[in-house]
Amino acid sequence: MSENNSGTVSLRAVCKNFRRGSEEIQVLHTLDFEVQAGEFVALMGPSGSGKSTLLNLIGGLDRPSSGTVEVSGEPIDRLSDSRLAGWRARHIGFVFQFYNLMPTLSADRNIDLPLLLTPLSKAQRREHVSTALSVVGMEHRAKHYPRQLSGGEQQRIGIARAIVTDPSLLLCDEPTGDLDRKSGDDILELLSALNREQGKTIIMVTHDPHAAAKASRVIYLNKGQLSTEPEE
Amino acid sequence: MKYLPIIWSNLGRKKIRTVLTLLSIAVAFILFGYLAAIEEALGQGVSIAGADRLIVRHKVSLIQLLPVSYHARIAQIDGVDRVGHSTWFGGIYQEPRNFFAQIAVEPDEFLALFPEFKLPAEQLENWQRTRTGAVVGKDTADRYGFKIGDRVPIQATIWQKKDGNEAWEFDIVGIYEGTKPGVDETQFLFRYDYFDEARLGGEGEVGWYTVKVGDPDRAEEIARQIDIQFANSPAETKAETEGAFVQGFAKQVGNIGAIMKAILSAVFFTILLVAGNTMAQTVRERVVEIGVLKSIGFTDTKILSLVLAESCLIALVGGGIGLSIALVLVSAGDPTGGGLPVFFFPTPKLIVGVGLALLLGLLTGFFPAVRAMRLQIAEALRRN
Repeated sequence: MSENNSGTVSLRAVCKNFRRGSEEIQVLHTLDFEVQAGEFVALMGPSGSGKSTLLNLIGGLDRPSSGTVEVSGEPIDRLSDSRLAGWRARHIGFVFQFYNLMPTLSADRNIDLPLLLTPLSKAQRREHVSTALSVVGMEHRAKHYPRQLSGGEQQRIGIARAIVTDPSLLLCDEPTGDLDRKSGDDILELLSALNREQGKTIIMVTHDPHAAAKASRVIYLNKGQLSTEPEE
Repeated sequence: MKYLPIIWSNLGRKKIRTVLTLLSIAVAFILFGYLAAIEEALGQGVSIAGADRLIVRHKVSLIQLLPVSYHARIAQIDGVDRVGHSTWFGGIYQEPRNFFAQIAVEPDEFLALFPEFKLPAEQLENWQRTRTGAVVGKDTADRYGFKIGDRVPIQATIWQKKDGNEAWEFDIVGIYEGTKPGVDETQFLFRYDYFDEARLGGEGEVGWYTVKVGDPDRAEEIARQIDIQFANSPAETKAETEGAFVQGFAKQVGNIGAIMKAILSAVFFTILLVAGNTMAQTVRERVVEIGVLKSIGFTDTKILSLVLAESCLIALVGGGIGLSIALVLVSAGDPTGGGLPVFFFPTPKLIVGVGLALLLGLLTGFFPAVRAMRLQIAEALRRN
């Protein structure tokens, strides 16, 4: 993988079908989709349109029924499960709607989780965690547990966990969906800064046009197909 | 080791449930430890019985006596290194519940045959000089406060004195200790010559012989020779290795090993269900978290290992607590007040206990761990 395509996404003729009982449901229909390195793309569409499924395919959390998914030049649909897990650890940061922090671990230990998969020493890990905490402005909450943090703060810790391994691609599934407007704006500002200042490629699923407006490009997904315009 | 904080923190997720699970495992291991000590005690130290020692008793039963003249005849048999005899006294100290074994022996012979009984040299000399002298094990001395120089009265139940008196008096001249765990430190040993002269009836007879053989591999052959020597005599013998003798003694109570295994199997099966259910519930509650860990890059194998490590940690902590409590309880001594003189937690059983705890952890964690391993990430994250 070369450095210059780090963070690029390329989907070719991707289909995704699910089986419900005897019925085969096609969620994504022969999608072609490109994202350039350093782009901030918002993915919008009604519930059930396949946004999260598309995000899962890009993040290697799921596999396409047909077609190819290349991220940073790597055809990830051909990787074995264990190699795919290793690839995710190195190249992808996930930000979830409900933060999904480990309730039994303090903020800094939550951020440390992806680093456990690296060969870094404890001291090096601590340094990376400290850097990630300062990027999201949460140094003062390092030893707090998720239950002691507000939603906005939890999402900041979630973002710190996503960026601590310095991945080129951030995949955000409705990162402001569970937050009030003020906290949501703060999170969007943080994501914009990561895109602008650190060159992270960001693909963000959202229902919120206000959030989508922060992105450099908005893509709409309707009934499993992409368009640049919302459904009439 | 770097994953230990994650595994450890999970134990604090539902504290009450964790504590109850740990307690249930601990109780099983307390029972395991206690039963192990009882089994060992009823075997009266089969594991420490000398491989080179034979016990020769009357063929009819242990309570039938043998002539003291057999001593010289046994000593002449090829392969026999040393012979000593013992006679059960069966007296009462103050009241019947104060039970400890009182045995008439020849001091030099006895200590040579049983080197695991350690008696300081000056105390042995004192015993050799004092006809009414007795040597007592440390446990019994501690229990009844016996000190060197004390005169201890023992009420006879079998052996009346020639003067018609049933109260025998002994002078404590020594306190012996075992050289290794499991040596019976409850015995009260006194001189046979004093006993034989003073008793009414039974003169010139002994309870049983202990024979030390030069080559343990020839033990059974020598035992046969001894029995042949006294065949068709008024006092035929039954000679066997000390281990076989002790085992035979234990079997009079029943097959202790089988009883213990049956009880423990039932207890451990129940604990397996309890702890297994806890682990299954734990994984069910953490489906989303497992999905998140996988999305971060944790492989299926790593997830399997984490769940198994957690179940093993619970089992080892619970088992460790149980075994520790059992050790403390067992070290407090014989709970029957003398019925189980060799009462200790044998080290091999302790190792088996730790192994059992590990096995329990692996078994209880196996199915939840496989379930966690097979969890599809997208499916898990949809549970949010």
